[in-house]
Amino acid sequence: MTPATPRRERGLVRPYVVTDGRSHPTRNTFDLVTLVMAHTDRPLAGLSPEKRRMMELCLGGALSVAEIAGHLALPVSVVKVLLGDLVDSGHLATRAPIPSAQLPEAQILQEVLDGLRARL
Amino acid sequence: MDSAPACDSVRDSGVYLPRTVRTAAKILVVGHFGVGKTTFVGSLSEIRPLRTEETMTQAGAHLDDLAGTAGKTTTTVAMDFGRITINEGLVLYLFGAPGQQRFTRLWLDMTRGALGAVVLADTRRLEQSFDVMGLLEEHDLPYAVAVNHFDDAPSYPEEEIREALDLLPATPLVTCDARDRRSAGRALITLVDHLLHTRTTHREPV
Ligand SMILES: Nc1nc2c(ncn2[C@@H]2O[C@H](COP(=O)(O)OP(=O)(O)OP(=O)(O)O)[C@@H](O)[C@H]2O)c(=O)[nH]1
Ligand SMILES: [Mg+2]
Repeated sequence: MTPATPRRERGLVRPYVVTDGRSHPTRNTFDLVTLVMAHTDRPLAGLSPEKRRMMELCLGGALSVAEIAGHLALPVSVVKVLLGDLVDSGHLATRAPIPSAQLPEAQILQEVLDGLRARL
Repeated sequence: MDSAPACDSVRDSGVYLPRTVRTAAKILVVGHFGVGKTTFVGSLSEIRPLRTEETMTQAGAHLDDLAGTAGKTTTTVAMDFGRITINEGLVLYLFGAPGQQRFTRLWLDMTRGALGAVVLADTRRLEQSFDVMGLLEEHDLPYAVAVNHFDDAPSYPEEEIREALDLLPATPLVTCDARDRRSAGRALITLVDHLLHTRTTHREPV
């Protein structure tokens, strides 16, 4: 990949405090619709307040990255950094990062079409 | 462990995805300022629509919509989104955002892996749709156009709207009322039907 470009993003909510001064996650695997699940058996002691808040949210069930950002009122860029740490520490797990990497797009489209027609 | 909800919004029931969901897909709802994006997403979403914001600091040259601002500018980009559970294994997210965010990470995040887009348009200012249509074309994202019918907006024959928007013959054009779930739903179905018939091969994410 190309070298890091000058950083252009600043989160709304003290991102440098929340993320210990980092604005990029340790791995670049999160999409807005990556699905995130919590491991229920990990201790929350020692987590920063923001990570603890994220864990408390995620322990309720699966959510997408975008939903986590929306519920916690944090910028997506900040959420990605925190998620990266929590995946690394074994607190959270993700499903495949990009939807089209899972099922062929035509199959997804057919299922979406059938589902929408049944629902609307 | 004390498991108080992280915030009020998660007290609503149905916030979380069914345990069986394995795949998430996304479709964009785009269009110029005030065209009805938030309304459209809200009509279709099964959850209370959510919003995320990002404050961007970047060179003024990147922001053609902030004319005359030299040097660094700070702007807030926002998108709102909703969710439709399609079946036990698949969930669809709708992301609504204006098109002026082309240089932002949020816009790239939104378009990456998206199936396609609904472009909302208003007959009183069709020319304002060009920007976002061009942007989708740059990203090779297929779209359908939904003319959102505002009460005081003039109605034109479909052919005139097609011509004014310079649509390709295959691009679907529908009218809708973004406030009405069934009407918005028909626009979304028109898009997905179009996507299925034009893009049946696997596509690499952008
Ligand atoms: N008559 C009519 N009014 C609509 C329709 N859709 C949206 N509106 C109204 O138009 C206004 C703007 O709608 P929004 O959904 O906020 O538009 P938006 O595209 O999200 O706007 P921005 O995010 O500010 O760009 C609101 O007052 C809506 O109630 C429609 O189909 N018909
Ligand atoms: Mg809006």
